[in-house]
Amino acid sequence: MELVTPGFGLLFWMIISFGLVLWILKKFAWKPILNALKEREHSIEDALLSAEKAHEEMMKLEADNEAMIRKVKVERDGLLKEARQVKEKMIQEAKEQASEEAGKIIEAARLSIENEKTAAIADIKNQVATFSVEIAEKILKQKLAGKEDQKELIDKLLNEIKFN
Amino acid sequence: MTCNSGFSAIFVIIIFLNLSPAFGYIIALQETEEHTHQAESEEQNKEFKPGDFIFDHIKDAYDWHILTYKDFHLSIPLPVIVYSKTKGLNVFLSSKFHHGHDSYKGFKIAHEGKYEGKVVELMEDGTDTRPIDLSISKNVFAIFICIILMLWVFISVARVYKNNQGKAPKGLQNFVEPIILFIRDEIAIPSIGEKKYEKFMPYLLTLFFFIWINNMMGLIPIFPGGANVTGNITVTMVLAAFTFVVTAINGNKFYWQEIFNSPEIPFWLKIPLPLVPIIEIIGMLTKPLILMIRLFANITAGHIIALGFFALIFVFGDMQVTLGFVVSPLSILFTIFMTFLELLVALIQAYVFTLLSALYFGMAIAEHH
Repeated sequence: MELVTPGFGLLFWMIISFGLVLWILKKFAWKPILNALKEREHSIEDALLSAEKAHEEMMKLEADNEAMIRKVKVERDGLLKEARQVKEKMIQEAKEQASEEAGKIIEAARLSIENEKTAAIADIKNQVATFSVEIAEKILKQKLAGKEDQKELIDKLLNEIKFN
Repeated sequence: MTCNSGFSAIFVIIIFLNLSPAFGYIIALQETEEHTHQAESEEQNKEFKPGDFIFDHIKDAYDWHILTYKDFHLSIPLPVIVYSKTKGLNVFLSSKFHHGHDSYKGFKIAHEGKYEGKVVELMEDGTDTRPIDLSISKNVFAIFICIILMLWVFISVARVYKNNQGKAPKGLQNFVEPIILFIRDEIAIPSIGEKKYEKFMPYLLTLFFFIWINNMMGLIPIFPGGANVTGNITVTMVLAAFTFVVTAINGNKFYWQEIFNSPEIPFWLKIPLPLVPIIEIIGMLTKPLILMIRLFANITAGHIIALGFFALIFVFGDMQVTLGFVVSPLSILFTIFMTFLELLVALIQAYVFTLLSALYFGMAIAEHH
């Protein structure tokens, strides 16, 4: 029977000691421990979250990069194409201009050639005339070497010259 | 690191003592045997009584008996604090009784009658009366030891948490933390709910560790273990009463309405005879009662069985000495098995008590049905 009869002394000490240990541990042990655990869990959770966020951001950045690269490639292709066109056009234009210029030069050349030719012909004519006079002079000089010849010629010339 | 190794050393010692209950129990048995021999010298033909032997170990006592060898008694005397109307407050060590043989200042330990085993006051007319007895008995002393252990362990762990903020746990922290997390995540949060569990955590943690440590200490056969604290009805009564009071204080209006005036029950069950309220009130009181009896019965039963196996040795030894020697290895084997089982029971009972307390708190604060 004693086994199931509560003892007053034990009851008294048990209430006091359990109440006291509950109060002391609550204040000095459980509160700090539970708070520390909670804080640590929060910090771990935050760290995981931020890691995930960073990962997502990185993925986004990567995607952005890729998009940018694609865009740049397209742009580059466009630029290249344009440049090629410009180049062709320029060549074309240059060719046209060159041929035009060439035509002009040829024309000018022909003109100057013509002029030179006429000048040369005129010159030749002059020279031929000079030569002819000189030849005639020389021939005359030869023919009129003797006095008779000179007289004959003068006579002849005199005959020819009619006094009109 | 030193904290860690020191703790593991204590742990190893505890395990060792649990694995070799034979050691402690044999001392206990020798003591009983010598008692018996002594008793024989005093009263002829007194036999070994397994019942007395077992209950001597389960009951509370005024001194902490360690061993007796022939006429030499080794026990720790504990203070006796008694208050009586005639003699006022008296405080003295239990060793003054000389193991119950002498009286001191008009007080003695009763050997028979209503107050057997308790301190009684010898009145002038020759009768015994029971004074108000606030003695630091074996169980009270064991409770103090458990409390000092708890304060030391948990306050030092709390300090480590403060100093080591944001770092990985180490040492004693590693042992305590999973248990605290288990109580929080597996007991408190599922039973009470995410929102209000925090308020009850200190009580649940204190309750769990108090019961568990006392259960384990009870399995250690020699001082500072061996006291049957959680197998004492007074201790379990106080624990259950705490749970009851915490439940009652925190009960919200839904909880009380459910008890006194449940809206789902037809009125003729409440008026004129409040049948359902009476049943509900009985149910409210039964819950802590069951908590009290479950813990008490489980721990006491474990001690009785383990001691019973040892008593067998002496029952057979009384018949014939060689028979006692033959039975002893078997008894020790069974006791080792029982101790392993008790190791499990110690944890399970602490868990069950804490879980049920948490469930009752959860019911008391539930917002609606």
